[in-house]
Amino acid sequence: MKSDWPYHLREHRGTLLAFLGFIVMFAIYAANHPVGLNANVATTAANKGTLLAILAMAQTLVVLTSGIDLSVGMVMVLANCLASTIVVGTPLTTALGVLGVLATGAACGAVNGLIVIVGRLQPIVTTIATGSVFYGIALALRPVPGGDVNASLADLLTGQWGGVPASLVFLLALVLLVWTPLRRSILGRAVYAVGSSEVAAYMSGVPVQRAKFLAYTMSGLLASVAGLFVTFITYSGEASAANGSTYTLFSIAAVVLGGVSLFGGSGSAVGAIFGALMFRTIGDLLFVFNLEPLWQPLFQGVVLAVAVCLGSARLLRVKNRLDVYG
Amino acid sequence: MSVLQVQGVCKRYGGVHALREANLNVEAGRIHAVLGENGAGKSTLIKIMAGVVPPDEGAILLDGAPVSFASPAAANAAGIVCVFQELSLIPDLCVADNIAISNPPQRFGLIDRRAQRRMAEQALARAGAEDIHPLALVKDLPLSRRQMVEIAKALARGPRLLILDEATSALTAADVTKVYAVLKRLRAEGLALVYISHRMHEIVELADECTIFCNGRSVAHYAAGTKTDNEVVELMIGRKYDGVFPARTANVNRKAAPRLEVRHLAWTDRLVDISLQLHAGEVVGLGGLDGQGQRELLLALFGVLRGTSGQVLVDGRPVTITSPHRAKGSDIGMALIPEDRKTEGLMLPMSVRENLSFAALEGLSRWGVIDTAAETEAVQRIVQLLSVRSDGVDVAAGSLSGGNQQKLVIGKWLMVAPRIILLNDPTRGIDVGTKHEVYELLRRLAAEGAAILFYSTDYDELIGCCDRVLVMVEGTVKRELVGTQITERALVSSALSLGLDPGRVEPRAAHG
Repeated sequence: MKSDWPYHLREHRGTLLAFLGFIVMFAIYAANHPVGLNANVATTAANKGTLLAILAMAQTLVVLTSGIDLSVGMVMVLANCLASTIVVGTPLTTALGVLGVLATGAACGAVNGLIVIVGRLQPIVTTIATGSVFYGIALALRPVPGGDVNASLADLLTGQWGGVPASLVFLLALVLLVWTPLRRSILGRAVYAVGSSEVAAYMSGVPVQRAKFLAYTMSGLLASVAGLFVTFITYSGEASAANGSTYTLFSIAAVVLGGVSLFGGSGSAVGAIFGALMFRTIGDLLFVFNLEPLWQPLFQGVVLAVAVCLGSARLLRVKNRLDVYG
Repeated sequence: MSVLQVQGVCKRYGGVHALREANLNVEAGRIHAVLGENGAGKSTLIKIMAGVVPPDEGAILLDGAPVSFASPAAANAAGIVCVFQELSLIPDLCVADNIAISNPPQRFGLIDRRAQRRMAEQALARAGAEDIHPLALVKDLPLSRRQMVEIAKALARGPRLLILDEATSALTAADVTKVYAVLKRLRAEGLALVYISHRMHEIVELADECTIFCNGRSVAHYAAGTKTDNEVVELMIGRKYDGVFPARTANVNRKAAPRLEVRHLAWTDRLVDISLQLHAGEVVGLGGLDGQGQRELLLALFGVLRGTSGQVLVDGRPVTITSPHRAKGSDIGMALIPEDRKTEGLMLPMSVRENLSFAALEGLSRWGVIDTAAETEAVQRIVQLLSVRSDGVDVAAGSLSGGNQQKLVIGKWLMVAPRIILLNDPTRGIDVGTKHEVYELLRRLAAEGAAILFYSTDYDELIGCCDRVLVMVEGTVKRELVGTQITERALVSSALSLGLDPGRVEPRAAHG
């Protein structure tokens, strides 16, 4: 019997590559930063990185089922607007407010899931439509930027705990308490099975529909966590369509860089998190090298395009050309 | 003791009877072989037993009590597990995940990976496949190893009745020996086994009893070894000829270089050293049981497969065909009528006109702009030639009947006036009238000088339509039948590699 580690390496290859990519990028960033890497610089970077990382986790769940969720950014914006209204006041009202925001996010995801499963509509069309609806609700809640948030909670999660950025600890907790159990549950495995081969999954008695519903609902839930984080960073709510669209695009970039297959069935949220951190760092590199900020969208677009091309390398090995279209 | 009884089961798909009056009695501790040629109803029978489709009439008795399975999962729960021919594995999961997929061991509500690993190792060992690592991803395994995983997965479910549908078709010789040992051990453990195979020597080696299916009926049930190969073939054929075929007008000049010649063509392990010649004016059939490489051969000729070796000559001139676009070029002039008209042949939402002119647009356009008048004229000509029944040429192809859709697929390639026509089972699922029109069309095209290579799963067609038939077995041309040699008996026995001469009984030749 051969040893296990080559197989573990194979399974986690995408995640490890994303991790290495992030380390390299971050080393370049830290070495060239004008003030050098101190706790404050790290905390600011971590807060922005965590925000995208949570959204990338949300996107991963849906992409694993070989779908795509183009509404994650809008759910985030909606959660941000809602949080700036109800996550205020006494610890009790704050806690209720947080629960309300999370429930709203989960409900948004559940709506997406139901439409995709029951209506048999393509995920891409469904989530563009629902995303627009979610944005409309956000705009109704907060026509002009403003609002407030419980500052002590915000500072707790965006500050430092003993020199360590609190947001990173929060992200780690999210991975250990949400992702790891999911990865090892029957429904979590079903999510992978559905994305890899829906027919084989059905023939093997896998709960196909429940797995999809779970993936979309969890996606909405995690997107609302990201929305809470926006509120904690900005202390306010803003129904910004630009933010929603940009973050949706960034979440897809993070997922691709993180080694999650857009064809579904393979990859990990941990990889997507490193993909998100790497993508953020690449954006910040422009800043430390004093390049025009105008170049940023172009540069990030090129990074995304290259990553997608690398993901399609498998097509070069296909023996029967009809399989390319399968 | 009887485990599962199938009594008088019927199943219709549309107007076609897949099964009429099927009976089968499966007993514990026995290996029961099911035999029959293409379309005899074997696959439908298995699907009914495994809960994939419900029967229209008749009863399934489990331990003497009637049952009906709503889904594959329900049949599994009753102890009936099927190893399907199309693999049911999930490519991106590892072997252990796949083996445990329907009921993974749990601890605190989560999957217990250690227990799952042990379970997978045991199942693999039981299937005689210890060389497969439980953590290997299924998509990284070659086909023969996947098939072993499929068997291990079935065993891990603890079946009482195990159905194996062509479960050894992709295995290496060493694996087959192991699987035999496994199946005999399972029989000794008291399992009931239903074994479907086209390889007669496997049935001789394994089966305790056999049931023969013909035209959806179980026509004979006998203890293994009590019938000669010749009697078996006799029972498997017995089909009525209901097609009327146009007369053959052989007008072949065999002195000229063949229109298409293939020398030592090979591709992965699916096509092995194929050589053939196809002359202008000839209709050559591809026979053999389903899935012996016939489709791959047509795809390879049409430039769809990558990594083929060997030589292809058109009119005596070596050519390299790397894509369908190259194949249809005027110097080669090849067309492939695909098998699945819905995905490979037609764009169903697009109009009849657009579908017909796709392949020919280069001849109907100037500077990349389509000449609508020329297009309309050409389309009208084909619609009349094939008597396509549709509500004008601007309706969606999807709104036509199956037979008329198939005419479109054929017509689309006639627009480019091909010189070599490859057909992949073109009459599957279309009505008798349209079939007849297709046969006449093939004959007319051949008479006009086209060379036709025609794969069909329907032996009647091969007999009625073809000047020669090449019988394929396991990826290579096993036998060539010419003219009056083409009989159902010869087709069946050479497809089963029995080596019976038409009309004569001979001892079975050693299997290749």
